[in-house]
Amino acid sequence: MSELRELYQEIILDHNKNPRNFGKLEGANRSQEGYNPLCGDHLHVHLMVEEGRIEGISFEGSGCAISKASASLMTAALKGKQVDEAQDIFDNFHTMVMADASEPVDEEKIGKMAIFAGVREFPMRVKCATLAWHTMRAALADEDAPISTE
Amino acid sequence: MTALAKKEETVPALDVERIRRDFPILQERIRGKKLVYLDNAATTQKPLTVVYALQHYYAAENANIHRGVHLLSQQTTFAYERARGRVGQFLNAAESSEIVFVRGTTEGVNLVAQSYGRQHIKEGDEIVISQMEHHSNIVPWQVLCREKGALLKVVPINAEGEFLFDEYEKLLSERTKIVSVAHASNALGTINPVKEITALAHERGAVVLVDGAQGVPHMPVDVRDIDCDFYVFSGHKLFAPTGSGALYGKRDLLEAMPPWETGGGMIQRVSFEEDTTYADVPTRFEAGTPNIAGGIGLAAAIDYVNSIGRAEIAAYEDDVLRYATELLSEIDGVRLIGTAREKVGVLSFVMDAAHPHDIGTILDAEGVAVRAGHHCAQPLMNYYQVPATVRASLAFYNTHEEMDALAAGIRKVQEVFG
Repeated sequence: MSELRELYQEIILDHNKNPRNFGKLEGANRSQEGYNPLCGDHLHVHLMVEEGRIEGISFEGSGCAISKASASLMTAALKGKQVDEAQDIFDNFHTMVMADASEPVDEEKIGKMAIFAGVREFPMRVKCATLAWHTMRAALADEDAPISTE
Repeated sequence: MTALAKKEETVPALDVERIRRDFPILQERIRGKKLVYLDNAATTQKPLTVVYALQHYYAAENANIHRGVHLLSQQTTFAYERARGRVGQFLNAAESSEIVFVRGTTEGVNLVAQSYGRQHIKEGDEIVISQMEHHSNIVPWQVLCREKGALLKVVPINAEGEFLFDEYEKLLSERTKIVSVAHASNALGTINPVKEITALAHERGAVVLVDGAQGVPHMPVDVRDIDCDFYVFSGHKLFAPTGSGALYGKRDLLEAMPPWETGGGMIQRVSFEEDTTYADVPTRFEAGTPNIAGGIGLAAAIDYVNSIGRAEIAAYEDDVLRYATELLSEIDGVRLIGTAREKVGVLSFVMDAAHPHDIGTILDAEGVAVRAGHHCAQPLMNYYQVPATVRASLAFYNTHEEMDALAAGIRKVQEVFG
């Protein structure tokens, strides 16, 4: 049960129930679709990027608690960030969730996103946690094809 | 005495505790909890008799089949063909040559689509399937239809997940050449009236394939009674190894069908000067060295199932299913998907509180193994307008206590998600 509590922390449950920056984004100039065909998680990430800075970010769609909370927390973390900063945050997050569960988490570097360290005990759920992030990154890169976890 | 009361008296005729001892994996602990294995529609566990059959084969009997002059090869050929006979008896085929060994249901459907289908389907023809089919009984027909310019027609279902027979009747026409339906739905549990479906299709001149992946593990199957033209199933969903399975085909149909895969084993004579000729059925459809151990394991699994009795299995599972259905119906916020009158042991559900994937993870932490997803039935998920469901699927080794554990796990989900 402790592993489960680690996974479903209060912040995650809160962001699942009340996702931040949820919905369309007025003035968005980048959008990308992300899809996990295995579990049906499906979302869109919208960005407004002005002069290399993320002025606005939102997401919409449906998915499990992990994917929704991850998307919600991601939007909160990236708003106002420079594009290259966003890339660094993505890298740090990605490195953390892909690491072995025994690896210590550098909370200073990773910030609030450290609460997703719990997915490492549930490898099948890593894709849920990273879907929004991959979608965001593809939106920044202005890729055409929708992002799929498979 | 009412019929119902009478039935209740005769139900748990299975010595489940003894049966469970035949499956060592059921004694395993998962995340510190006793394993409650409810993912049987995905794959079933294997009894020791099957494990030992494989072990014995590889430890003492391994050889390639056919044409071997040495004794081991002869013995293995004999064992493999005896296994074919077992499958034939199990389905009540007229003869064992009507049994083609395949890797599983998927390969069986593809074989029929690519061999029979490509030979018979022409532009404008129609193939009929149902809304509740597994992708393996959808995509091979889509590919065939695209290639031939034929049309795929889909029989709708009702909210309970039942095949709408009247709609099926309306969909059939003189252009209908193939009808392909599940014996039982992997995602809903619905048992389809395959005998009636077959009779009507035959009236209209179409051949029928029954996808028996979820049929054979749960009930007696008699292909001659159903009168279907093809019946396919996977061994691994019937307590046998993965990569084993069988296609039943009526002999006259199989005989008229061209080979699918070609190569060694399926030929009569190969020549550069004259036409290469093919072997008789069923060898014609078994190119290359087959999954010999799989076939032998499948026969051992069939022997095991027969030792319990398929009618007994069906009655027992139905009892556990009814118990679990009642338990889950009592939990607020749980919605069962698939409430047909005739069902095999599949409980598909969604919850208001949590997404199926989250439910699956929490149940896993409780040692309860279920599946969360679209169950390779995306058109069915679209029909119910859900991205996914949680599916608990039963086998004869599951107990009433395990249904209590499932219900307790679901309450845990509500606890976590409030």
